[in-house]
Amino acid sequence: MSNTISIRKGLNIRLVGEAKKEIKDIPVSKTVGVSPLDFHGLTPKLVVKEGDNVQIGDVLFFDKKEASVKFISPVSGTIESIVRGEKRRILNVLIATDGKQTAKKFDVSKASSFNSEETKALLLATGFWSSIKQRPLDVIANPNNEAKAMFVSSFDSAPLAPDYEYILGDDIGNLQKGFDALSTLTGGKVHLSSRPNSIFSKINGVKHHTFDGVHPAGNVGTQMHHIDPVNKGEFVWSINIQEVAAIGRLINEGTVSSSRKIALTGSELKNPTYVNVSKGTEMSTILDKGIVGSNVRYISGNVLTGDQKNLTDFIGYYHNQITVIPEGNEYKFFLTSGWLGHGFDKFSNSRLFPTFLLPKSKKFTLDTNTNGEERAFVVSGELERVFPFDILPVQLTKAAITQDIDGMENLGIYEVAPEDFALCEYVCTTKINIQDKIRQGLDLIASECM
Amino acid sequence: MKFLEKYLHKMEPHFIKGGKYEKWNPLFETLATFAFTPKLVTTKGTHIRDGVDLKRTMFTVVIALIPCLLFGIYNTGHWEYAVAEGNRDIPYFAEMGAKFLTGLTIVLPVVIVSYGVGLTIEFIFGMLRGHSLHEGFLVSGMLIPLTMPADVPLWMVAIATAFAVIIGKEIFGGTGMNVVNIALTARAFLFFAYPTSMSGDKVWMSGLGDKMSTNSADLDGFSGATALGDLASFMSDKATVAGETVQSSMALQNFSTEYGVWESFVGMIPGSIGETSTLACLIGGLLLVLTGVGSLRIILSFFAGGFVMGLLLNAIGGNPYLDLAAHHHLVIGGFAFGAVFMATDPVTASQTAFGKIIYGFLGGLLAIMIRVLNPAYPEGVFLAILFMNIMAPIIDHYIIQANINRRLKRLKTA
Repeated sequence: MSNTISIRKGLNIRLVGEAKKEIKDIPVSKTVGVSPLDFHGLTPKLVVKEGDNVQIGDVLFFDKKEASVKFISPVSGTIESIVRGEKRRILNVLIATDGKQTAKKFDVSKASSFNSEETKALLLATGFWSSIKQRPLDVIANPNNEAKAMFVSSFDSAPLAPDYEYILGDDIGNLQKGFDALSTLTGGKVHLSSRPNSIFSKINGVKHHTFDGVHPAGNVGTQMHHIDPVNKGEFVWSINIQEVAAIGRLINEGTVSSSRKIALTGSELKNPTYVNVSKGTEMSTILDKGIVGSNVRYISGNVLTGDQKNLTDFIGYYHNQITVIPEGNEYKFFLTSGWLGHGFDKFSNSRLFPTFLLPKSKKFTLDTNTNGEERAFVVSGELERVFPFDILPVQLTKAAITQDIDGMENLGIYEVAPEDFALCEYVCTTKINIQDKIRQGLDLIASECM
Repeated sequence: MKFLEKYLHKMEPHFIKGGKYEKWNPLFETLATFAFTPKLVTTKGTHIRDGVDLKRTMFTVVIALIPCLLFGIYNTGHWEYAVAEGNRDIPYFAEMGAKFLTGLTIVLPVVIVSYGVGLTIEFIFGMLRGHSLHEGFLVSGMLIPLTMPADVPLWMVAIATAFAVIIGKEIFGGTGMNVVNIALTARAFLFFAYPTSMSGDKVWMSGLGDKMSTNSADLDGFSGATALGDLASFMSDKATVAGETVQSSMALQNFSTEYGVWESFVGMIPGSIGETSTLACLIGGLLLVLTGVGSLRIILSFFAGGFVMGLLLNAIGGNPYLDLAAHHHLVIGGFAFGAVFMATDPVTASQTAFGKIIYGFLGGLLAIMIRVLNPAYPEGVFLAILFMNIMAPIIDHYIIQANINRRLKRLKTA
């Protein structure tokens, strides 16, 4: 086993509302949605039309640019409608469920002896390919590229994140099968990064790494950077560990299982807990009257990188967590809870607030207020304290803002994803939307350099 | 406070686009966001944000300047008294209340003019650009008076502030975009435009200039010089200390008596309004470092640079000026004020961690070098910092290039 890599630059944002370790089953909602918007940069090409019957595993749409990448139905039922936005952009494919959850059968009898191409073909056919993300660009992996390595993180260090040891504790068999399949996929290694003394150290056929310390220790980007960083011209792939277990289940059972265990978290939930849901389930079905206030924000994912949703929306494809926090859309008098207040209610990485004096066990209820207006970059050395990369975050962000392609290439844009900058964005005094800037930079790189 | 909040709600429609006073929106917004953190919520990216914002950051710097301001007021009052009595050696800690009040009448107008002129210009630019006041000037407006001699005419403060805000900052795009420190730009402007009002023996004590021209007999043997002024005079064969001509060999000893290390450290010497007390600067510096607003790297390396240069000059030696003890250099001539409040300006300093060390060290080094080796500019500190402001991007360039090269090397070895 390799040495422990300790991440010191970072921040654990201590929020109220951690999920209790109990599992509740959530029935499949009447309507289930699959949104192409969950996949950045995707241009979908529909294969179904309203009224079609689908089973779990039937293709709904595919990637126009790379037709082999398919997106499947997580439920059985009938296509209810195709929701379109401006310029007829497809926003959602809504499926009226039949409650039977019948699943399409895939031939996996020889899966244990599959080579790279056969594994790839199976993952593409079953829709699992869309779970594999590539760097550079942080988009769905291009199956035509050769990845130098594959990275899986067995823990999530984001605020209130689900504990995969709890979720997958009795699923090690499937997980092993999944990793066996992934290890055939690339010529390089499969790197599995865990916390110290992890139950996942039993997994064979992967290279184990141990990460300790503060968030973003659990981000796969951080792990890549410390294990085997991406250089220009190289590709690495990553996949969420729960999807690896699902791939294992596919190989064991021959059908796609769309059931996932996710954490319901946040200060505005009456009963934060783990739930067993189907992919694409409606938010209202999952949260069903479990909300404390009315002025709240529903987030699919965590508070740093998740997507804002309405109750009528559906859980995002890549998310294993739902967070509900109070909205902050109210004025705050400057001396009491505003910019010059005592600040005991605020969580700050800056010593301008007394957070650093409070005990580590103290947890905070934070709202969505920006706590200030946007300004030009003024403070220096602030982002670097939460950014455990040998990359200069301010300079790279500035290069992205100014659309300086050479600058971005030189400063390491190929290694990073917007989520790596989430903490930078959180701590930024001048309230700049750094993740968005980095995403725009990546889009520019995608159109000009890839 | 609900009352105020309701009132602001009521007034808001008049100031937003299409409202009666649309043009005055920046002013309204500035006042409203001062009283209430606005109800802005996150729209993309992270859903929660750190409590810190630029208002709190800048306000902390203003708080950190208060020890310097208070001491400066008292010190100004003291030297006004000294001039009135025609005696430099009146007891420092006597008649304290009266001295403070006298100082207040001198310093307060300078502060008011600085803020008044600066904020007016900032609002005009804010209205032209359609944004509310950005907080940078809250600090600059306090720094400018503290770098002025006590006897400075108010109209000079006004044009220096106007010059610094317009030419130093707004033409580059406002807070966060300036190349050189605003307050030092104001000081440099006056230093080169009105040298007689910014240097020499007559400007450092309030009322001295007037008294000398009307009633100089009272002031026989009285010198209005600062430590730096006297220090510069060592370069001539017949040095003067406190107005008396002495032999060069005696000069250093006399200098040390007149401006003892302890007196200088506490700040009981004439000088610009807020810079004389190293102690007050360090108290402010402590607050800045504890809150993380000021860079400890820059402050320490600035002092280190100055000390090293002092030692080097001591090693060369040969005249009293070069022989002045290295640590003595650090407590006179606004060195500490520059290190704590000017060099640490995050916009104009180096932005990389290692760059800050180089920037601070060279800044301190240059400050003492200019002070000693070019007696025409004994106030070397502000010139050194302005120079390093200009050099900071070059320092950062090499640090960034080193980062890029590490990445390229990885590509080659991979």
